[in-house]
Amino acid sequence: MTLLTVENLRVTFDTEAGLVEAVRGVSFALGRERLGIVGESGSGKTMTGRAVLRLIRPPGRIEADRMVFDGEDLMTADDAAMRALRGHRIAMVMQDPKYSLNPVMKVGAQLTEGLRQRDRIPKAEAQAKAIEALNAVQIRDPERVMEAYPHELSGGMGQRVMIAMMLIPNPDLLIADEPTSALDVTVQAEVLSILDALVRDRGMGLIFISHDLRLVARFCDRVLVMYRGKVVEELAAKDLMQAKHPYTKGLLNCLPRIGGAREPLPALNRSADWAL
Amino acid sequence: MALIEIENLTVHFRAKGHLVRAVEEVSLAVDARESYGLVGESGSGKSTILRAICGLAPVTGGTIRIAGETIPEPRDRAFAARVQMVFQDPYGSLHPRHTVDRALSEPLAIHGIGDTDRRMQEALTDVGLPSAFRFRYPHQLSGGQRQRVAIARALMLKPEILLLDEPTSALDASVQAETLNLLNRLRAERGLTFLMVSHDLAVIDHMCDRVLVMQHGRAVEELTRGDLAGARMKTAYARSLFDASADRML
Repeated sequence: MTLLTVENLRVTFDTEAGLVEAVRGVSFALGRERLGIVGESGSGKTMTGRAVLRLIRPPGRIEADRMVFDGEDLMTADDAAMRALRGHRIAMVMQDPKYSLNPVMKVGAQLTEGLRQRDRIPKAEAQAKAIEALNAVQIRDPERVMEAYPHELSGGMGQRVMIAMMLIPNPDLLIADEPTSALDVTVQAEVLSILDALVRDRGMGLIFISHDLRLVARFCDRVLVMYRGKVVEELAAKDLMQAKHPYTKGLLNCLPRIGGAREPLPALNRSADWAL
Repeated sequence: MALIEIENLTVHFRAKGHLVRAVEEVSLAVDARESYGLVGESGSGKSTILRAICGLAPVTGGTIRIAGETIPEPRDRAFAARVQMVFQDPYGSLHPRHTVDRALSEPLAIHGIGDTDRRMQEALTDVGLPSAFRFRYPHQLSGGQRQRVAIARALMLKPEILLLDEPTSALDASVQAETLNLLNRLRAERGLTFLMVSHDLAVIDHMCDRVLVMQHGRAVEELTRGDLAGARMKTAYARSLFDASADRML
């Protein structure tokens, strides 16, 4: 079943220096699966994720032939309809907990804010839901974390709090933008298994945005490789090692590997026609 | 005799009223022209060891010797001419309002070394930057170019030892490859000794002959490159780190 369909998505910024095309005609369809979007910085992967939620401010413009989420046209939905979708049905986990949590609000207050304001849920009930969400992301002492300010949490805890926050409304689609890049490898493994369980148990769709090709290959079902605002290759994650596009191959080859040869790493020679 | 000898190094400091035990009795020895890695998760104290060597963190206990001599307190010019550091964040480690020219000429001016023009050209060529970059500001450079400038700056005084603190973790994969190749080439050409910190086992494996695994400020296990690639680690922690990095074998 298709949850999200995106056809020919374009994100353009009018700047003083002229038009900057951040996303140039991206199309994909997503079911209840794990879709990875990989690319280097500036490839448009974050902009693609934000465009789905229409979270791009002027001078940025979003255009698409079609962008439909569960029967609802995201291109024509008015602001009220988008607000009803955001967080509730489509949630986004941002890259850095340091900048995405409110530094002067206790974690508990941030977790329950949406429930209290939007859903008018009584305080005690909202608290219980928040604690349940913190448990779901394997935070051991949720009561203490509820009373903590973001600066009192480590990077891994902050990231898990953000994931918990996005899970409270039980969304159908989660867009996770580099959710594990700031984390240590062992914590990263934990966060990935949490996300994995959510896709499996709740039947959630996941768009996993990352610069780390090998991580995405290990974790996702399908991978879109982006280069300069375009999808240059789409493939099943298990076939990554048989990638055909020279950019994907080049990206894989230039990574050092454990037990690899000591010779210089092959450089990625970019060809002008990849961007065409 | 090893070039860098660290014996029972302990670093404690106070932060917000708490005593932070960043490094606890860590010993290691790095031979001349060797490349030695420190690996561990955040808070394991790996960067603090580098910072303690160059005087950016207090040495609470233990000794650090370079070529058999205990390092001076405070670090003097002779030390700076011998040991230089490259930091993780190329955005934070260059002064935003100083041109490349100024960043590179400062060490020469401090050490009273003339011949600035020629040395500057040489340094830029060495790290693969066109000489037109000399009068640019950091914001006019990409992340990889900035890291090249930081490496050039560290090499201005022709040091023997480079302390590398996650030099490529802020860079894209293709730029990381170029930077690692550059560091390896410079090490071979100049006979440099590296002490390198990274959280990425693949980077450490590619760059280092030996690696020390750290956790909570303590040394857990020292591995040779062969031990690492062959998964011959003895401690559970080193093993769990290795297992979590399984995709780095691909």
